[in-house]
Amino acid sequence: MTPLPLLLTLSSLLFTLGLFAVLTRRNVILILVGIELMLNAANINFIAFWRYGPPDPDLIGPMFVLFSIAIAAAEAAVGLAIILMVFRHTRSTDLNRLDSLHG
Amino acid sequence: MAEALIPHLPCLLWWVPFLPLLAGGIIAFLPNRLGRLASRLAIGALFVACVIALAAFVCTLAPAEEGVPFRFVAPPLTWFTFGDVALKVGLVLDPLSAAMAAMVTFVALWIFIYSIGYMEKEARFGRFFGFLSLFCGAMLLVVLANSLLLLFMAWELVGLASYMLIGFYFEKPPAAAAAQKAFITTRVGDMAFFIGMIWLYRQSGTLLFYDHGNGLLESGVLTSLAGITTIGGLTVSAATALLLLVGAMGKSGQVPLHTWLPDAMEGPTPVSALIHAATMVAAGVFLVARTYPIFGIGGLQSVPLTAAAWIGGITALYAALVAMAQTDIKRILAYSTVSQLGFMMVALGTGGVAVAMFHLIAHAFFKALLFLSAGSVIHGCHEEQDIRRMGGLRAAMPKTFITYAIGMMALAGFPFVFSGFWSKEAILHGAMNWPGGYGPFLLTVAAALLTAFYMTRQALLVFYGVARQPGVHHPHESSSIMLVPLYVLAAGAVLLAIVGTPAWPWFEEWIKGEAATCHPGALVKPDALKLIGLSLVIVTLGVGASWQVYRNVSGDSAAPDPMAGKLAGIWKFLEQAMGFDALYEKTIIGPLAFCAGAVDALERQIFVPLMAVGESCIKRFGRWTGVSDEKGLNDGFDSLCCGLQNRADSASRSQAGKPQGYLRAIGLGMSVLLILYFWLSA
Repeated sequence: MTPLPLLLTLSSLLFTLGLFAVLTRRNVILILVGIELMLNAANINFIAFWRYGPPDPDLIGPMFVLFSIAIAAAEAAVGLAIILMVFRHTRSTDLNRLDSLHG
Repeated sequence: MAEALIPHLPCLLWWVPFLPLLAGGIIAFLPNRLGRLASRLAIGALFVACVIALAAFVCTLAPAEEGVPFRFVAPPLTWFTFGDVALKVGLVLDPLSAAMAAMVTFVALWIFIYSIGYMEKEARFGRFFGFLSLFCGAMLLVVLANSLLLLFMAWELVGLASYMLIGFYFEKPPAAAAAQKAFITTRVGDMAFFIGMIWLYRQSGTLLFYDHGNGLLESGVLTSLAGITTIGGLTVSAATALLLLVGAMGKSGQVPLHTWLPDAMEGPTPVSALIHAATMVAAGVFLVARTYPIFGIGGLQSVPLTAAAWIGGITALYAALVAMAQTDIKRILAYSTVSQLGFMMVALGTGGVAVAMFHLIAHAFFKALLFLSAGSVIHGCHEEQDIRRMGGLRAAMPKTFITYAIGMMALAGFPFVFSGFWSKEAILHGAMNWPGGYGPFLLTVAAALLTAFYMTRQALLVFYGVARQPGVHHPHESSSIMLVPLYVLAAGAVLLAIVGTPAWPWFEEWIKGEAATCHPGALVKPDALKLIGLSLVIVTLGVGASWQVYRNVSGDSAAPDPMAGKLAGIWKFLEQAMGFDALYEKTIIGPLAFCAGAVDALERQIFVPLMAVGESCIKRFGRWTGVSDEKGLNDGFDSLCCGLQNRADSASRSQAGKPQGYLRAIGLGMSVLLILYFWLSA
């Protein structure tokens, strides 16, 4: 048996875990962590399908993942900078307090 | 016994780094209140690792054949395959890694035990042991790695663990800043290391050190590397070796990348002992020792070895000069480490791996001893670190005094019975006979003289004379859990001398793979006698001069240092570590801050006014339309608007401004759509 189903289970678990963190956590930093988890779940899918799918000499799967990792790094840097500025402004990282856009 | 062990090495060897790493991983999940359990787990894992490392050490004692050191290469594991490139990692056991692994596990084990006593009142007790375990495991992986890539990854792990430990008291701003400084400064060196590694891979197609004749450090690849010339007339081997050297300079605190090491004193004292003795700074010297075949192409006068010798010499003298003028007990020791690392670099550049490794291991023992003794002093003096406020502590802490004196004499190179004397003698011997000139030799001689001077100064100011006022109240001796490690390390600092004398250079011949032989005649050769005489003169001069100056220091702790009057401006310059921090502040941090300020000004001075102009235009237009509306509209429209507003109000209530609420709605909607999709398509 190929480990593909196992890998897909792992990635969906990771994705659910990340989504759960994003939906329930109050701390903005931990929400960012959750987003990273979801991104990595997607990366695992890319690699799993590349590894066990039809042969792919152009390495499209890993290339995609390399770009995705680079983008994730940039996203974390920008995200953390925004959180830092928000924290300086409101002295809080609680997402529920940041509701000045409410109706 | 060794023969019986060798078949089990491939699996046993992996446990040496992985046990501490595993312990660190488990401790990360333990709650804070289980601190005791965490410390036991860390010490137990390290103890088993130590036993395995010692067993592996025994295996390397018998050379395979005369002149060829024992070398065991664990079958490399394929980590991953990318296209048709397979990256392999593995472990290697030879005298070099066996000596390091045994030293790291042994010294670290006693530092761990000492930490139980030193950190007992600490709230984050368990976390501390988790970080220590991670630190040790990473260093052991550096030591045993058979692949430059694995070594680099472990090297970065060491950097990460040092960051967390230096910044252990992260609520103190200086500690947080010191942690960042250590991380960023070593990163400069790591960048060079990384580039060198990629270059080596590009040229040779492998990163394994030993691979049955195809490895990086084996003759085939070395010859091909030496055959290619690149920028500046350097061969590729010399250029990559220089890049690796820059990496080692960052980790081993060589000038000009040394500024992080003294600041790293912000961490708890056991961490300082670990960083300065067993892990972290030793990694840089070890990297050069491991990749020495690349450095050594072209003999002792090759470009990278010459660079190492000169950088080491300059660092040794520079740090010894600065250490003279420091007043913080740990900072003096920190600069002395920088200086001793310079000695090791000189040894690598002029004398070879065995000389440097002997000094590294001897240094690990007496520097760990000195730091732990200093920790005992600091603990007994209620966290006072300024040696001007101490004095006369010999009476209050006699046991700490004795162990401290042994460490100090080993570091200063007191003759004959201390390991530091013989290791330094071997370094001077190598430097004197170096074909590239007398520069590094003179620098190390001067540094050795100053070492004796500043260590005597520190010992006199801390333990002799009268208790200075204002100073510490009721200093006390430490508990036995802190004293036992001191005794063990002190014994090591003395006993190691046995295996490194010219009469029985067991250590050197073991590293080179030769059977150890006893030649007592080597001690009375004119060459050796000259050096022993020189060492004696150096120590006597250094200690004597220091004794003259610091014998009777005034009882007032605010009085200036006796040397300050004689050296005036120079003393001030030394106190500030020759202004390296200020220089970096001006040349690197200054321009960066300037650029940041310029961007900030651009934003505030240009974009904000531009926006303001646009804003006022729109406002004016809005006011104009508002006035025309006011005049042109009737009540019917108003009531329509009122109705609309009420609807909008009720609609806007769902717009709570809470993104997670929106996200949930989106998630729900998507689930419904997905279900619909599958239902319809089924």
